[in-house]
Amino acid sequence: MKTIPGVTARASTDLPVLKPFDVAAHSPDSMMMTRWVAGLPWWSPAAILTISLIWPAIAYAQSSYSIGQATEALWRWMPFLLREGFLLNVLISIFAMLIGTLAGAALGLGQISINKWVRRFAWFATQLFRNSPWLVILFIVLLALPFEVRIFGTIMTFPDWWKAVIGLSLPVMANISEIVRGAVASVPTAQWEASESLAFSRRQTLWRIILPQCFKRMIPPWMNWYAILTMATPLCSLLGVQELITLSRQAMESENNHPELLMPFYGFALLMFFIYCYPIARATIALERRFSVKL
Amino acid sequence: MTWTPDQPIISIKDVHKSFGDLEVLKGVSLDVMKGEVICIIGPSGSGKSTLIRCINGLNDVQGGSITVEGIEVHDPDLDKLALRKKVGMVFQQYNLFPHKTALENVMMAPLLVLKRDKAQVEEEARALIKKVRLEGKENSYPGELSGGQQQRTAIARSLAMNPDVMLFDEVTAALDPETVKEVLVTIKDLAAEGMTCILVTHEMGFAKEIADHIYFTDRGVIVEHGPPSTFFERASDPRTREFLSQIL
Repeated sequence: MKTIPGVTARASTDLPVLKPFDVAAHSPDSMMMTRWVAGLPWWSPAAILTISLIWPAIAYAQSSYSIGQATEALWRWMPFLLREGFLLNVLISIFAMLIGTLAGAALGLGQISINKWVRRFAWFATQLFRNSPWLVILFIVLLALPFEVRIFGTIMTFPDWWKAVIGLSLPVMANISEIVRGAVASVPTAQWEASESLAFSRRQTLWRIILPQCFKRMIPPWMNWYAILTMATPLCSLLGVQELITLSRQAMESENNHPELLMPFYGFALLMFFIYCYPIARATIALERRFSVKL
Repeated sequence: MTWTPDQPIISIKDVHKSFGDLEVLKGVSLDVMKGEVICIIGPSGSGKSTLIRCINGLNDVQGGSITVEGIEVHDPDLDKLALRKKVGMVFQQYNLFPHKTALENVMMAPLLVLKRDKAQVEEEARALIKKVRLEGKENSYPGELSGGQQQRTAIARSLAMNPDVMLFDEVTAALDPETVKEVLVTIKDLAAEGMTCILVTHEMGFAKEIADHIYFTDRGVIVEHGPPSTFFERASDPRTREFLSQIL
């Protein structure tokens, strides 16, 4: 095809051009982190590993404790860190997500209740836990919950990591609540009217007509919050929970705290979280794209 | 109050309705006998849609009374479900349930609301789909149907509840000109069977052909009404004449 200069030919110039600032592309949304993680290339884990190995090699080349010894120490600790540490991070994230999802779904439905007081309470609880720093919530839960509870004479201990699960599930609950409320609100009111005029009750309308339509829409933001939650589990190390970061620190201490250990150990921790969350982020964005086309 | 067939099936008396400061209905009265077909015409914003939405309780009224088969719709303690079992409604935008097939859309209300036997409901639903000439589309989702097909499914969905009155709110306004006809034919069949119908429409030719009585509304009041023969030939009010001259 013949190109027509100025019409079909690409516009180009050597002159400096000030391009318009694309506001929409730069405005943050709730999925920003997931989008960023999903946008990283597939070779990122390898790059992180290389950097965490080479950086200390350059920085501490003159030291007596060699980087070879540091990586050798990491190699020795690795199975322990994975089995005792990272597995607990994963467990905490799964349980916190489970509790947060159930409580959040209930709270979200509370936010659209016809009872004014239920609605106000659900709104207040949602806003409270959505806008509080996670670490503050964690500390409050840690101090407020008893170490053990006595139920009918049997003493049940309440381990720290379960307190962490509950502490982390609260902000997740609040955000799931908003997802549910937003998804229900996104269904056109015409759907409510159509089912009302067919004599459906409010409960039938909600469960049979409205929620089935927004279920798909809730999956990508829900996965997004799971990834955020998983990346927040190292906060538990501040409470003394024996998860990956706490154990890494203890392992480094037992290796005499050589500064050369820092990069390999924390690099390894970073790598573990990345390997776990990266597929979730990719799947979330893929699902989001698929569902947004269909609706 | 019990209703007997010699009384109007729908009786609207001096109905007032406002949205905030905007008064949409300023005292509207009309009666519909069983089996009658009523067309409400008028310019946009004249309150036509609001009026028929008041009849099945989608909008509440602030003054006056509406009774449907003796049910007092203006009563604040109205049993809306009982009313809506008698009154079917079809919307401009079809409003089918997008996550259900055409057949499921038709079957849902009888199953869930009337708690009827599934086999029997399915048999009737298939008959209704056949009646609106949509055989073979039973398992299609609304997204796979054309506008006219969706609207006919919506009519079948309303009919599945076996209503005594059908309300049509500008049901052809969102359709392509060539699919308007297939929907109008369906409504015509229904009227011929003796269904009481109230239509808000811009299809003057159709209104002339099908209606027993035509009401012209403007700015919240009924300006003029009468049977189509006299209404279209000898409209007396200048507002009606101006509207008709723009449309016809």
